[in-house]
Amino acid sequence: MYDFSEQQIERYSRHILLQDVGVEGQEKILNAKVLVIGAGGLGAPVSLYLAAAGVGTIGIVDADVVDLSNLQRQVIHFTNDVGKAKVKSAKEKMLAINPDVKVNTYHTFLDSSNALDIISNYDFIIDGTDNFPVKFLINDACVMAGKPFSHGGILRFTGQTFTHLPGTACYRCMFKEPPPPGAVPTCSQAGVLGAIAGMLGTIQAAEALKYILGIGELLTNRLLTFDAKTMKFHTINTRKTDRCPICGTHPTINHLIDYEQAACELKK
Amino acid sequence: MANHTLDITNEHCPMTFVKTKIKLAQIAKGDTLEVLLKEGEPLNNVPKSTSEQGFEVLRTEQVEGTTWKVIIKK
Ligand SMILES: [Zn+2]
Repeated sequence: MYDFSEQQIERYSRHILLQDVGVEGQEKILNAKVLVIGAGGLGAPVSLYLAAAGVGTIGIVDADVVDLSNLQRQVIHFTNDVGKAKVKSAKEKMLAINPDVKVNTYHTFLDSSNALDIISNYDFIIDGTDNFPVKFLINDACVMAGKPFSHGGILRFTGQTFTHLPGTACYRCMFKEPPPPGAVPTCSQAGVLGAIAGMLGTIQAAEALKYILGIGELLTNRLLTFDAKTMKFHTINTRKTDRCPICGTHPTINHLIDYEQAACELKK
Repeated sequence: MANHTLDITNEHCPMTFVKTKIKLAQIAKGDTLEVLLKEGEPLNNVPKSTSEQGFEVLRTEQVEGTTWKVIIKK
């Protein structure tokens, strides 16, 4: 059995008390490797909760530096981090919360050249990105590599999320391909209520922990959506489709694609 | 005579049960654990939580004064 120090027993006591976690579950968490793609609105709460939970290895991918306009929702970055690489800022906060965790930083854009290589080192992947091209890239890479992942998206007052395990519905089973550039506003164009990021990101963190622990029912073959203005949550049943271009019976996609990004995203 | 012993007379809730769970995780299935604890909160809650989480509480008896022992089978 894992040799818990007195401090670890105290730190993780609220997990150890849970029948579904206990000592064995906390050991699984400490041995787990989770990759968080995007150190922004969703990546912030995900990273903080995974680090606090004691996820042993956390990878974080982001090419950006912290901007003042991020601080309204990206709660892992503080005012004096403006100008700093987001992955560095995020790593500092995760280690400050919990020195037990190991954080690997990837100060780069995820693209077709590095996606499979980066995800190969992790048990579970979190999509905390803010644009369609990379969401499809993450989906395709995870389906190809047989990796489970949590999809997350937020816009204005709304959020959506689902969890993919090999053999269950993927992003392309629900949405065939990215909308054309400029057809759909990104959250930077349309605005987003900062707290929405926390609502959705913490759902993703909980899904990652449930997966690690092997407990409960994941959001597989279900798309969870909510609208914070009415505070109504809906679950739409989905399914793996035979005609899916990536996970179907005759897949037409056999390599990763770098879709064009919307103009406003290229500008920054 | 139990196979293992644990003294949680100096612990407070919820560390009383946390320490009990840690010890139970370390022992073999079928082994017994004797837990020394204080009456009041620990005696009221530890045996109850232990059986709720699937362990068998064989018996509870007073040792001396406010100190009790609980014998648990994993
Ligand atoms: Zn699919």
